[in-house]
Amino acid sequence: MFDVKKIREDYPMFANHPDLVYFDNGATTFKPKPVINAVMDFYNSGTSNVHRGDYPLSVHADQLYDGARVKIAKFINCDPKEVAFTAGTTASMNQIAYGMEHVFLKPGDVILTTRTEHASNLLPWYRLEKNCGIKVEYIPADSQGRVHIEDAENAMHDKVKAIVIACVNNVLGAVQPIKELAKLAHEHGAYIVVDGAQSVPHRKTDVKDLDIDFLAFSGHKMCGPGGTGVLYGKYELLERMDPISLGGGMNARFDSCGDVILKSAPEKYEAGTPNIEGVIGLGAAAEYLMSIGMDNIHEREKQLRGYFAEKVKQLDNIEFYNPDNETGPVAFNAKGVFAQDAAGYLASQGIAVRSGNHCAKILHEIIGTDQTIRASLYLYNTEEEVDRCVKAMSEITLESAIGIFF
Amino acid sequence: MSVKDLLTNPDILRELIMDHYQYPHNHELTKDTSYLRRHMASESCIDDITVQAKIDDGIIRDIRFDGVACTISTASTSMMTDLLIGKTIPEAQEIVSDYFHMVAGEDYDADLLEEAVAFKNVYKQANRIKCATIGWNAIKEILQESETQHDGQE
Repeated sequence: MFDVKKIREDYPMFANHPDLVYFDNGATTFKPKPVINAVMDFYNSGTSNVHRGDYPLSVHADQLYDGARVKIAKFINCDPKEVAFTAGTTASMNQIAYGMEHVFLKPGDVILTTRTEHASNLLPWYRLEKNCGIKVEYIPADSQGRVHIEDAENAMHDKVKAIVIACVNNVLGAVQPIKELAKLAHEHGAYIVVDGAQSVPHRKTDVKDLDIDFLAFSGHKMCGPGGTGVLYGKYELLERMDPISLGGGMNARFDSCGDVILKSAPEKYEAGTPNIEGVIGLGAAAEYLMSIGMDNIHEREKQLRGYFAEKVKQLDNIEFYNPDNETGPVAFNAKGVFAQDAAGYLASQGIAVRSGNHCAKILHEIIGTDQTIRASLYLYNTEEEVDRCVKAMSEITLESAIGIFF
Repeated sequence: MSVKDLLTNPDILRELIMDHYQYPHNHELTKDTSYLRRHMASESCIDDITVQAKIDDGIIRDIRFDGVACTISTASTSMMTDLLIGKTIPEAQEIVSDYFHMVAGEDYDADLLEEAVAFKNVYKQANRIKCATIGWNAIKEILQESETQHDGQE
């Protein structure tokens, strides 16, 4: 039984902001006590650097850090050595693009993606277009951001070396057929790179079952600390790829001739002192989510999103862009009101949402507007909060939006 | 009721913003190359406007603007065009400076700003100050450019 009231007690933010309706979980999420405590414990009694410490505190830091790797591996069903810690999805994506450029790609090769992607999943590939003659091509997506496997099959050809796609789109919440796309990519000798920023926090992700080659996701969007993220890669691929950053902790030895022998993956992707407390907190977040159960979280969000969608459909003053997607944000505009003005009215009613293009700056080619309001839910949101948001949405007019300034 | 009373009435001020948003004044760009122009694309939101001004003999003969922007950006820029057309550069600079004082929450002279006092509370919502100043920053830069050009000619 999913007890949302009990779950909310885990989050100090709710106690400190009793009147806030927080529907900006696509941007970042609140942190539960087990995560906060894991970070605080490290500061209060565990502080020490990792890597070859000769005293008990440092050995303990190593154990906590590597323990987090084991937890993340369990969370996405892979081997711990296939988990490299990064600063977030963006850092992971840049690493993947860099690594692929240097080892797997040659001029004329094609990266297949969609127009619905976030900047962090497009710009690194655009750079490859400029730097080394890689071409970016797009699989068509429908009006609610969904990619259909037939369209992907049609877009596929021999020059495609990777399909790069978000499992769940960050504006429309479209869920892409990752398993089918992975199969399609592999049949053509291509890789599949998945942006999991908006999916890993919300649904079970089994990289083995999906047969994903690379996966990127962020810690702070799944109850974890900011500045943490994960780069998952099949071990053989991580071993072949080059790291984007060089420095301490990732080399085995080097000499003054410049000959460097790198450590094996995943350490070779973690140059410099890592975000130790962040990673420990991220491990605690994965453990926390697993204790509730990713399938339970997914079911609960589906139910709440469905409840939200039914109410929004009844609002005459609201244009609702993704009514049929069963998960992810509710993307909308108030008719005749600029998105930021409407979001300002919602803010005046204690409702936190996000307006703008949400870093998906070519999505307008699909939905016909370059600005939307995104209300994104998480496991701790409630029907009462949805009711308050829907009521405030029904009140949005040009007049009420300007009224907040008086 | 005097104009001064009207401009302290929140309902009137709200109506003014709505009116300037729905029917912005001087809201059409020209291809005339004698106009100075500034393209302002906000880095923090999607506001993207262009302001043009024709300045002859130190007097602002015309101002125009167009673009995609929220109510506050559009209405504040529309009011700016009304206020500054016909003014000399020093007069305009005084008004611009007064307006920036107001949106920063500092002391200002309401008489100079006329309808633009509608934005007097924007400073209370820090994320919207950029909206209320995007068009005003454009004209500020244009005025500076015009002065520099004028200095150069002398």
